[in-house]
Amino acid sequence: MAEPTTDANRPTKLVAGPGLLLVWLYGVMSVGAVSRSVYQILTDFGSAPLAHVLSAVAAVVYAFITYTLVRGGETARKAALVCCAAELAGVLIVGTWTVLDPSAFPDSTVWSEYGMGYVFIPVLLPVTGMLWLRRARG
Amino acid sequence: MLDALTVVVGVTALALAAWCGFAAYKDQPTKDWHFIGMAVVTVLALAQLVVGIVRLAQGDEASEGTAIFVSYLIGSALAVPAAGFLSLAERTRWGSATVAAGAVVLAVLEVRLHDIWGG
Repeated sequence: MAEPTTDANRPTKLVAGPGLLLVWLYGVMSVGAVSRSVYQILTDFGSAPLAHVLSAVAAVVYAFITYTLVRGGETARKAALVCCAAELAGVLIVGTWTVLDPSAFPDSTVWSEYGMGYVFIPVLLPVTGMLWLRRARG
Repeated sequence: MLDALTVVVGVTALALAAWCGFAAYKDQPTKDWHFIGMAVVTVLALAQLVVGIVRLAQGDEASEGTAIFVSYLIGSALAVPAAGFLSLAERTRWGSATVAAGAVVLAVLEVRLHDIWGG
């Protein structure tokens, strides 16, 4: 397995060392969020449209970050960095929203209560991700 | 049978997580013995998948619904092999850490499976 390279001509490898663990966790969150969202939307979208739309947004963000991490390269690194920031903002906004106004969310989302149902991984992951992506700069 | 398997898979997954976590702590990649451990946990998870489907076929119902139950069973069967496969390509402590994380994910899935089946 090649070492992460600083050579500008070669893509920045993001799936190496701690990056592998990160990709694994993002992959797990993607599978979880996508399947949850598909199930919610197919079975009872009407009962909690806001929660289900937010679940779908979270699923897309996770899937996209996983893809950029696997793809590697400087553009992908920057895209992943932006998405991690968006993800963190999403967790904080939705998390705060669910705490302040629980009645808006008859059904929970991945980001409810700052991701408490997912052992707070949703709030820890983007922070770890951004630290790793900054360090992996090409 | 299904409840017993859920407990056994959960406990062995936690043991695997501790073992691979320890390897990561000692700065070691996953070795043959770790892969044998992963195989054991995976066989148990596959047995759980088969038993779960047989129970559904016999007319039993999961309290949170068949679709969720089967998805979690499939996820459980895939979690550890997927992490193990990744660790083959990353021959450092981070490969071991990934398998440990995969085993923790499996243990969490088992807790959820217990609720989904029996609620």
